Amino acid sequence: MKVKARARNNVVSVRVLIEHPMETGFRKDAKTGDVIPAKFVRHFECQHHGRVVFTAHFGRAVSRNPYLSFAFVGGQAGDALVLGWRDNTGAHETVEVVIA
Amino acid sequence: MRYKRRTLLRGILAFLAVLGTPIPRIVFAHGSKSKAFDAKRTPQVLDILYGDRNFIDSDRITFNIPDIAENGAVVPVNIKTDLLKVSTINILAERNPRPLVASFTLPEGTLPEVSVRIRLAETTRVIAIVEADGKRYGTTKQVQVTVGGCGG
Repeated sequence: MKVKARARNNVVSVRVLIEHPMETGFRKDAKTGDVIPAKFVRHFECQHHGRVVFTAHFGRAVSRNPYLSFAFVGGQAGDALVLGWRDNTGAHETVEVVIA
Repeated sequence: MRYKRRTLLRGILAFLAVLGTPIPRIVFAHGSKSKAFDAKRTPQVLDILYGDRNFIDSDRITFNIPDIAENGAVVPVNIKTDLLKVSTINILAERNPRPLVASFTLPEGTLPEVSVRIRLAETTRVIAIVEADGKRYGTTKQVQVTVGGCGG
C-alpha cells in the first residue's frame, strides 16, 4: 500500500494506492478456458488515534490497484494513521504512516 | 566472556523487542454488505441498501466521471457535495453484472468527498447516492464505454 497523507489547515488529505490484482471472477484464462477465480479487496479502513475516519466496501468493479482519496478534520502533521485492507480470500495488509 | 555474552544477549533481545512491536491490526466485520454487492439489478441493490428505491435527485452532488471512458477497466470517479452530515456514499453502475460498485462510510469529521477508480462493463448510467442527515440524495451520469472493463 502506498500512502500519502498531508495535513493542512487541520484537514488531513489521504491518497492511497493498494497494490492488488482485483480479479473480478468473470475473466476466463485464454488458454484453458477456466474462470480465473475472484480475488478482490472487500474492505478498506483508515484510523486516526484509534478512531475510524474512513471505511470503504468494494465490489468486483473497483479497478486493479485500487486508488482512493479522502480527507478528514482533526489530524496534525506527525500523527500516526493506520490503514488496512482485506480481500475476499482473507489476504490483508495493514500499514502505519505518519501524516506529513 | 560471560559479560560479553550477556551484553550480546541483551542487545539481541532489545532488537527483537522492537521488531516484534505490532502495528495495530484493523479488524473487519465479515459479510457486511455482501448481499448488496451480489445483487444483479439496481432496484434490488437499493432495496438491500436502504429498504426502498427512492432518492432525491440533487444538484448539490458534484459527480465527476468522464462522459466517454476509453478504457472501461479504469474509470476515474470523484464525488463531492455540500450537503451536511453525510454518512454514506454509494456508487452504482446500472449495466454492470453487479451494479453496486463501492460503498463508503464517512464518520463525523470526514469530508464529504471521495475519489476512486472503477470498472464499467459497458455504456451505462452511473448513480452516486449520498446519505445526508438521514435523507437520500442522488445524481446520475451516463458514461459511454468504448472498451468494456471486465476483461476477456
